[in-house]
Amino acid sequence: MSTHRSLIRIGDLGAEDVERVLATAGRFGEVMERDIKKVPTLRGRTVINLFLEPSTRTSTSFELAAKRLSADVVSIKGAGTSMDKGETLKDTILTLETYDPDVFVVRHPQVGACDVVVRYTDASVINAGDGTGEHPTQALLDLYTVQREIGAIEGLHVAFVGDVLHSRVARSGIAAFRMMGAKVSVVAPPTLVPRHLAEALGTEVSADIRDIAHADVVYVLRMQLERMGTGGFVPSLDEYARMYQVNHDRLRSGQRVMHAGPVNRGVEISGPVVDDPSTLIEAQAGNGLVVRMAVLYDVLTEEKTQAPSMRGATLEAA
Amino acid sequence: MSTTYEANPRVRLPQRPGDAANLLIRGARILDPAAGIDREGDLVIRDGVIGGDPVGLEVVDGTGLTVVPGLVDVHVHLRTPGKEYAEDIATGTASAAAGGVVTVLAMPNTQPPTDNPSILGSLLERAAREAVVPTGFIPAITVGQQGEALTEHGDMAEAGAAALSDDGVPVDSALVMRRALQYQRATGLLFTLHEEDMSLSGPGVMHEGVVSARIGLAGIPGVSEAVQVARDCSLAAYEDGRIHICHVSSRETVEEIRLAKARGVKVTAEVTPHHLLLTEQAVSDDPDPAKFKMNPPLRADEDRKALIEALVDGTIDCIATDHAPHPADEKENPFAAAPFGVIGLETSFAACHTELVMGGHMDLTDLILRMSTNPARIFGLPVPTLADGAPANLAVVDLAATDRVGDRPYASKSTNTAFVGMELTGRVVMTLAGGQDVYRRDA
Repeated sequence: MSTHRSLIRIGDLGAEDVERVLATAGRFGEVMERDIKKVPTLRGRTVINLFLEPSTRTSTSFELAAKRLSADVVSIKGAGTSMDKGETLKDTILTLETYDPDVFVVRHPQVGACDVVVRYTDASVINAGDGTGEHPTQALLDLYTVQREIGAIEGLHVAFVGDVLHSRVARSGIAAFRMMGAKVSVVAPPTLVPRHLAEALGTEVSADIRDIAHADVVYVLRMQLERMGTGGFVPSLDEYARMYQVNHDRLRSGQRVMHAGPVNRGVEISGPVVDDPSTLIEAQAGNGLVVRMAVLYDVLTEEKTQAPSMRGATLEAA
Repeated sequence: MSTTYEANPRVRLPQRPGDAANLLIRGARILDPAAGIDREGDLVIRDGVIGGDPVGLEVVDGTGLTVVPGLVDVHVHLRTPGKEYAEDIATGTASAAAGGVVTVLAMPNTQPPTDNPSILGSLLERAAREAVVPTGFIPAITVGQQGEALTEHGDMAEAGAAALSDDGVPVDSALVMRRALQYQRATGLLFTLHEEDMSLSGPGVMHEGVVSARIGLAGIPGVSEAVQVARDCSLAAYEDGRIHICHVSSRETVEEIRLAKARGVKVTAEVTPHHLLLTEQAVSDDPDPAKFKMNPPLRADEDRKALIEALVDGTIDCIATDHAPHPADEKENPFAAAPFGVIGLETSFAACHTELVMGGHMDLTDLILRMSTNPARIFGLPVPTLADGAPANLAVVDLAATDRVGDRPYASKSTNTAFVGMELTGRVVMTLAGGQDVYRRDA
């Protein structure tokens, strides 16, 4: 069992922890504006990225984040791993554990995979997305983006629009924005909202796209066609677009649009909105790097309160 | 239970050969609601039968102990044939004995499924060599549990089947269920039904509720069970058939059964100890949640309370464990990939005594009716009793003793209990089954 800090769900952090990570990300952001973008902070540390589900931006930004921090990083991707030969997640972790890693960054198609990983490693575990579960580093980079591009999160109204049912981005994001004092509402087809969402996450739920009018931030969720199977959640993507697409006709000036990507242009969001420079979509992608640097730094330096301090680290250059 | 139940004269409950018990339990409380017995004193067991001459018998000090009719568990998985690495007839029935259970009925979702008279026959023969307590078998309703063709219900009734079930999966087709109910008039065999509408359950792995919404696991709604129960109650009424509902888990199902009973449908129902004690909350609170994964899933606290109320008022007739052993290797997967099921034979009495009796919902008499008398009557099995002349099928329990689950090794081959770490009060110290002395707790 890992004695180190892990980040598996956004609820593992309190508001103060979030503030600390965002502040650290800000300092790394300054470093990234220098000529030499690499810092020696995690020199000698080993980060294993275990990505057992497709990913572009999360895997790239975690790998680059570890490299910028001078850690030794190994990235393992889905196809071609020993899990294809029938090895269980437990045995994969026990094997990799023999290399004495400091951090496992895990993306896995099943909810709760990180809970299994954490039982069989001494390393910190960072959830980089577990099925329809959580995606806490996405939520942190979303907060960071809003803080930088808009300002204070407290009192802001964020509306999540679309496929909440299958969205780990929404699950972590709703909890994170609420923790930091934002008001959160959900606008979605009723078939794509978990039945007890309002009670579970403390949000208002509406089926009417016009209810995004009051929001300061409109957070568009990807239609997760790969997780829908034969459910028939909406009659057609065309109808979905007609009823729920976020486009300029439905936005008022001053509203800022977010999307964790990848986008389905013309489905949940119109092409012109994606390309509109006032959206935060590109900033989100860009901020992934410094926020993930901050998360790596944070789990390795902030020991669990009751665990013995086994290793120290300092924020040498930042 | 208002309906009268007939004994099934053809049911076979083989047990391995063994010496008949001879002992004198001295100074215990002797309680048997079925026979109207509740007294303090001695109980003689001579040649495996209650009563007779106490002279020369081994004396067991019963001070502070209670003798009750042994429990009857109509829903267990003995994993034989095919998954003997998880449980076999000998270990599963030893687990029963350790839990004060004197008769078990084993479900057919084996590998291959128990779906023909020859597999049933070989299981009955093996039980006659290996079973620690009398053991009956419930073959499949449909071939391969595929929900399409009926198995040979008549031949299996003749061979000694205790009932029929596709447990593990529902009978999807209403037509097949109707045919089975029509054919029941020729065989008399009870159907014990795993109720679930698979189109509603979909990829679900836990209760669809507040917890699943928060953590993102796919949910199984309570109505997935209730709509299938409503369908089968309607079919049973139409065909004048008799059905028993397995492991009721949701308040919606309770309501369907209550309505069906009120209009005279011949339906009975069971509930598991884990659904009476635990809720969906366990899945989010525990770092190793797969030990709380079973089907039907642990539901909301409102469901749990509705189940207790239904068990108290007779809407639910009896308690059965759905004892479902799985090796630790399989439970060590992420929640969605872990198998459904928990063991329960060794903890059922203590769990139910703690929750229901100590919790003030019913007295011990009512609990024994629901764990012994009622299930035996519903399935037409011999009813365990402490009346003179009856074969010894009894449990000796210490109602004041508390154990923490997991502190002692299990008699089962598997350890996947949802109660691990819980303090439960009501210890089984001795079990006599089929007239044999089958379990004594060491210190």
